Amino acid sequence: MNIIVSIKQVPDTNEVKLDQTTGTLIREGVPSIINPDDKAGLEAALRLKDQYGAHVTVLSMGPPQASVALREALAMGADEAILVTDRKFGGADTWATSSTLAAAISKLDYDLIITGRQAIDGDTAQVGPQIAEHLSLPNVSYAEEIWLEGDSIKVKRQYEDRYHIVRVKMPCLVTALSELNEPRYMTPGGIFDAWKQDITEWHRDDLEIDDSNIGLKGSPTRVKKSFTKAVKGKGTVVTMDPQESANWLADRLHDKFIL
Amino acid sequence: MWKVVRKMNKEDYKGIFVFAQQVDGKLENVSYELIGKSKALAKDLGCEVTAMLLGHNVEPLCKQLAKYGADRVILADDPALEVYTTEPYAYVITEIIKKYKPEIALYGATAIGRDLAPRISARIHTGLTADCTGLEIEAETKNLLMTRPAFGGNIMATIACADFRPQMATVRPGVMQRQSPNEGATCKVERFSLPDVASHVNVEVLEVIKKVSTKMDIQDATVLVSGGRGMGGPENFGMLEELADALGGTISSSRASVDAGWVEKDRQVGQTGKTVRPNLYIACGISGAIQHLAGMEDSDVIIAINKDPSAPIFEVADYGVVGDALKIVPLLTEQVKKSQAEKKNA
Repeated sequence: MNIIVSIKQVPDTNEVKLDQTTGTLIREGVPSIINPDDKAGLEAALRLKDQYGAHVTVLSMGPPQASVALREALAMGADEAILVTDRKFGGADTWATSSTLAAAISKLDYDLIITGRQAIDGDTAQVGPQIAEHLSLPNVSYAEEIWLEGDSIKVKRQYEDRYHIVRVKMPCLVTALSELNEPRYMTPGGIFDAWKQDITEWHRDDLEIDDSNIGLKGSPTRVKKSFTKAVKGKGTVVTMDPQESANWLADRLHDKFIL
Repeated sequence: MWKVVRKMNKEDYKGIFVFAQQVDGKLENVSYELIGKSKALAKDLGCEVTAMLLGHNVEPLCKQLAKYGADRVILADDPALEVYTTEPYAYVITEIIKKYKPEIALYGATAIGRDLAPRISARIHTGLTADCTGLEIEAETKNLLMTRPAFGGNIMATIACADFRPQMATVRPGVMQRQSPNEGATCKVERFSLPDVASHVNVEVLEVIKKVSTKMDIQDATVLVSGGRGMGGPENFGMLEELADALGGTISSSRASVDAGWVEKDRQVGQTGKTVRPNLYIACGISGAIQHLAGMEDSDVIIAINKDPSAPIFEVADYGVVGDALKIVPLLTEQVKKSQAEKKNA
């Protein structure tokens, strides 16, 4: 079985802070990580490999430094890593990102494609289903559990108030939730081997895709402006003993006609 | 596989279409919110608002959609649409869009909408903006401006899709206001049927497991008493429930409490949880990470109780108390009950 896992290197947004005076993001010193949902997807692929045997290829689109994320994936146990990188891919929205990744995937053999549900820097959840559409594959999003059943995949698909247990024939695409599992650590041997392994790089000319489908030029959406949210004015903050605090709060609820 | 982009004639695209999401024959709140917002946008564009209703035996819902402002309903009723799966829904909506050519198509940013809309955008080759919290029409171009949070809510971005139609967005539930219902309102209903919907079913639903929650949906509550890491453990959420009960609300939580396994995921407020705007939000032992604030800062009145005077939650609170929520909450509940009893006897 051939499994492709698409991963993204993201800044750890829990560590991103705002510069209060300029209102811009402070990215310096913020570590880059494998996007959590993607890492759970990789772990799911590795578990299928452990149980049934599979060739796991990790794929990432990004700048050259995204190779660090791919090395981590190799050290966790992936068999092969491909970095899709070119200045011409830059500035891509989800449409152009998904068509580029789909063009890369179409060069490979696959039974199962796993992506994370969404990346923590953009939170869109769009690229997975869009890749599936570009490749004319069925997709199941929001996977909380994945099982192999013959030539099919069974998925526990999460919704707000329910789950669906669904079955889909391979080839197909599944988007993974971080709730899916606890990703393994890299092993010392794995880290050692990962540094010796080659990461395949694919550039613009390695993909069969029209310029109108990649990068900024191939992106139907454009960011017109970005800004930090206006902060609401600060209210009253008091420090009193617990009983006084409770009385004071009850009085405020009266003021606001809640009591 | 990838076609060269054809230039579309934007003038051919008219009207606002919203995906009226229903599950088990019941419309989701976000469907009404989308219609409400679309009515406002339609005023700027001088156009109609059409609801796309997909399902099986769901015709009675058309009246509901009219009541909340839909000018027209396009009804696709098919057994293959009874339970949501991606491809049949994507197929039908794509065909509706091809036939009617709307200028704008909106979906709820739900576990369904966020799966469905990307597939449609890829199929018809147009842009899609995720999880929008603001929508407006740009005066000079008449383009839709879509505003959304990014970087976990740290930054807002306004996005346009100037050259492709329809302009598509998923919209965060709980953010837009629905119209007040107009009892007895009716609207045009057009049936849209395709002979081959079932042939698009590739994913088989074997079982539907509903999560049992006896609690009110946090997006429907007018009062939320919310607990974070400072509550110390699941055993202390009982006092939050008591306060919530006294105020006629329910409990919610920060991500920390969900990750710690103290409360169910459906209680989570914030960027990766739900957006809420109750009349009263009481944050107990919640520090107020930006991801949390993004989900609750539009509440009418915010009260924060936290030991740490420098906690960011105090930046958005109308009334803040520096102190131990475990001690203050039971006393506050007592005060609330006392005051209610006095009112009754008065």
